[in-house]
Amino acid sequence: MVNRIVVGAHYGLKDWIVQRGTAIVMAVYTVVFLAVIGAVAPDSFDAWRGIFASGFMKFATFVFLVSLIYHVWIGMRDIWMDYVRPDGLRLLVLMATAAVLVGYAGWAVQILWRT
Amino acid sequence: MARTLQFKIYRYDPDQDKAPYMQDISVEVDDAVDRKLLDVLTKLKAKDDTLSYRRSCREGICGSDAMNINGKNGLACLTEVASLKQPVVLRPLPGLPVIRDLIVDMTQFFKQYHSIKPYLINDTPPPERERLQSPEDREELNGLYECILCACCSTSCPSFWWNPDKFVGPAGLLNAYRFIADTRDQATNARLDDLEDPYRLFRCHSIMNCVEVCPKGLNPTEAIGKIKELMVRRVV
Repeated sequence: MVNRIVVGAHYGLKDWIVQRGTAIVMAVYTVVFLAVIGAVAPDSFDAWRGIFASGFMKFATFVFLVSLIYHVWIGMRDIWMDYVRPDGLRLLVLMATAAVLVGYAGWAVQILWRT
Repeated sequence: MARTLQFKIYRYDPDQDKAPYMQDISVEVDDAVDRKLLDVLTKLKAKDDTLSYRRSCREGICGSDAMNINGKNGLACLTEVASLKQPVVLRPLPGLPVIRDLIVDMTQFFKQYHSIKPYLINDTPPPERERLQSPEDREELNGLYECILCACCSTSCPSFWWNPDKFVGPAGLLNAYRFIADTRDQATNARLDDLEDPYRLFRCHSIMNCVEVCPKGLNPTEAIGKIKELMVRRVV
């Protein structure tokens, strides 16, 4: 196949917006999280579990983790696009990244909602 | 006052040299006369006429004498000699293929510039004299039309270093916004469609190296931000 330079995938805007949105979510969660830690001052494993026992903290932490994972996906994709030059290898690395991040998401849910 | 100025200059003549090397050379300068780096380069050229660099207007309009001066891209003709730390290290613009010494091959840079269709697109019949703009609409073009395409910005941009064939680069994007912002242009949507691409536009991560080096004091990052803003306004 001839080696043509192809551009024009017509995506990127959504990711650019989402990257900013998820950054805001993470910043707000960080403040909330630090405030909760400050108020509760957990000194034992049970105290730590107690923080995440409430529905609100489960919800907020879940939204934070989903934001983090989506943010990481966009950031890692950008890095692979810059530094992994062979297209086939880049596709493979992108797939592996997606698989790992989906795995992390499932694992995070399991940790958050185990009693 | 006359003094000696030390230089370290990147030299490479592909017909003669196996590899590039840094040449140590010094020259007598008179601060009263040799005000700009280009004046001193002219003296250096008289001393060693194998030294090659581009120059033309010597007043910051043509953009020919862009080079990497003490680690920062700039125009030799606008750089004050008095401001330079010694030894003055001169290298070609980073990221572009070197033709010889301080002369780089700018083909890729101009390819990206041409890809944004840097001309007014308007299919309506032209009026007898000119297409008019209101003073407010014209105001938006200030800080955009002044670009001299010297490539200082694009060659200081890591995103352009990694993807010069796919990323338009700050100079091209500033000029893209110059036509997007022009109320006489009718191709705004097509221009935005063309740029909405993970490589062409979204390789820019707003690190602002371009703003730092622009010898004309322009702000490509702001122009790129405005392109993104228009894209957001188009979808929400």
